[in-house]
Amino acid sequence: MATRPVALIAGALVAGLTLGPVAAVAWRAGVLTGLEPADWAALRFTLVQALLSAALSVAFAIPVARALARRAFPGRGVLIALLGAPFILPVIVAILGLLAVFGRAGVLNRVLEAFGLPEVSIYGLHGVVLAHVFFNLPLATRLILQGWLAIPGERFRLAATLAFTSRDVFRVLERPMLASILPGAFAVIFVICLSSFAVALTLGGGPRATTLELAIYQAVRFDFDLAHAASLALVQLGLALVAGLVALRLSGAGLGAEGMDRVVPRWDAGGTGLRLLDTLWLALVALFLLTPLGLVAARGALGVFSLPGPVWTAAAHSLAVALGSTALCIFWAIPLATRRGELLGLAGIALSPLVLGTGLFLILRAFVNPFSLALPVTGVVNALLSLPFVLRILRPEAEALQQDFSRLGGALGLSPYAWLRWVYLPRMRRPLGFSAGLCAALSMGDLGVIALFADPDRATLPLQIYRLMGAYRMDQASAAAVLLLALSLGLFWIFDRGGRANAGS
Amino acid sequence: MLVLEDLVIGAGAFRVTADLTLHSGASVAIIGPSGAGKSTLLDAIAGFRSPLSGRILWDGQEITRDAPGKRPVGMLFQDNNLFPHLTLTQNLALALRPDGRLASADHAAIAAALDRVGLAGMENRRPSGLSGGQISRAALARVLLQARPIMALDEPFAALGPALKIEMLDVVAQVAAEIGALVLMVSHDPQDAMRFAGQTVFVNAGVAQGPFDTDALFSDPPKALRAYLGR
Repeated sequence: MATRPVALIAGALVAGLTLGPVAAVAWRAGVLTGLEPADWAALRFTLVQALLSAALSVAFAIPVARALARRAFPGRGVLIALLGAPFILPVIVAILGLLAVFGRAGVLNRVLEAFGLPEVSIYGLHGVVLAHVFFNLPLATRLILQGWLAIPGERFRLAATLAFTSRDVFRVLERPMLASILPGAFAVIFVICLSSFAVALTLGGGPRATTLELAIYQAVRFDFDLAHAASLALVQLGLALVAGLVALRLSGAGLGAEGMDRVVPRWDAGGTGLRLLDTLWLALVALFLLTPLGLVAARGALGVFSLPGPVWTAAAHSLAVALGSTALCIFWAIPLATRRGELLGLAGIALSPLVLGTGLFLILRAFVNPFSLALPVTGVVNALLSLPFVLRILRPEAEALQQDFSRLGGALGLSPYAWLRWVYLPRMRRPLGFSAGLCAALSMGDLGVIALFADPDRATLPLQIYRLMGAYRMDQASAAAVLLLALSLGLFWIFDRGGRANAGS
Repeated sequence: MLVLEDLVIGAGAFRVTADLTLHSGASVAIIGPSGAGKSTLLDAIAGFRSPLSGRILWDGQEITRDAPGKRPVGMLFQDNNLFPHLTLTQNLALALRPDGRLASADHAAIAAALDRVGLAGMENRRPSGLSGGQISRAALARVLLQARPIMALDEPFAALGPALKIEMLDVVAQVAAEIGALVLMVSHDPQDAMRFAGQTVFVNAGVAQGPFDTDALFSDPPKALRAYLGR
């Protein structure tokens, strides 16, 4: 029932909006001659921080996932839901939280000071890696937990009848599972960290801690050297494409949380020592994830209502961008929820916001003042970047719908309108609501392309928070962060809820 | 009159050929070993599969390339005969108004059709609130409303118990008599053919043969059919 012309138009738009900027970048970069020593340092730093971030995230995720897989306890469901939250958590909010714990005036340094120990700095490689682990440890945990829960319960029962110790269970059942899951989880996180911008912008910087994305931003904003920016963008593009293809090969897991509510009964892990170990890991990860956010909330909650006008203006901009971006993304996703469409949409993963942004900047500059289009461009780029996630969610559901009901629809001779109105939209409400919620929250919290295009009059809320941080107005920044968090999670909740409410069987 | 003229259906190395004529108002069972191509034949008649060659004619009109919804065929599938999120009224209204403007569908006709299949008063139920037999009845009400001159049944009652299946076959006969339809029923159960169908088409080794008179066919089965029946 998918009307072909609509799919073709949507596909052409997506292809044009991704390949167009890439072509502009490639054309402007010309031959790759403009790379300076600082650029090679940026490339090296990008690779090193991504490797470290991915390795640490996965390494810490293993004991946490194991504890979640074999322990039933009150609050387990909440903790697993919490592990999904960083995906829609605005980066800038998390960074404020990490600063509240690990920053110069943070909790950690105050404790160290009380003991007369030297202060630690969060800025530089370890800060960037810390922030990336904060975001990706939960993702890695969920991916690995899926692997654990995919081991059939009968195998553990068999292990029990054979009197396996937990070491035997690890050797026979768990190690092979990990060997098949870990490469994919590592690769996905590596790719995510490759195009890190907001984290590097706030916690990195300087000659020793600049990612390629940050270097692109600096080339555009500080040096206004577009040829240089284009060269860097081309390097970033090549890197992300190669790594992205490898990750795609290695990983197959989805975003959903299906089946994570069950615990596989185990007979090998009853010992007190193992219980304590699991409890310790779960407590540590909960503390690591919740303390930063709790501190931001505590510091900012009261200040929300006395925030100055520009913050509210920025919030309104962000809402408009998020809603526009969501509408665009869903309009693209409905006709493109096919195998070919998903391949096309994957371009959004390979293309980093700054590469897309640089390309669009180069194209738009020929016609208008690009700064005047900061908000629409941000909306379009955010829609493109959300598209692969949304397609990942919608495609299996759309295909199942086709599989089950396209024959009945055909036998009745349903018109495209009737199919959409009476079959597609009612059946797809849940995944559509979830997708729209993800897209809105991602767009709301995005601090990427807007930094490239923004002028003082056209900030989004995350950018406004970054500016407040730069001006050392940490109380206002925290209050604005609370507002941003409320708006992001609120948008997600409303859309997701809308998809669930009254959804008949 | 349904004419399959030198029809060849298939994909890859799989082929079914048919060259036969079926008369309006007849009840025809399509039997044969699994994998022989019974459902494939029905799919070609209903328009879900394009034949490789040959023609399909209904009352002299060629329908070989028509879309499923444009054919004179009302189809009952093995499952998914109703949209589970819609009420029975909405499901039946879609059969009357495939353009989706359900408000203007004839609700009196829908209530009457539900009454005819023994589901009076269940207009606002959803399929999830119905038993297997009731779902089959509702699907038959849909076919009754569509009133298309060919009823194509692809083992729709395979999941029902024996008594319920007999009951459903009676409803099919009743609905078919009301529309005056030619009934084509795919089944792997020879009992269905003997109980229900005056004629039988036997699909075997890639060829659809018949139609045969059902009683005559089963009283003196040819060799291939004997092998299938296990006699």
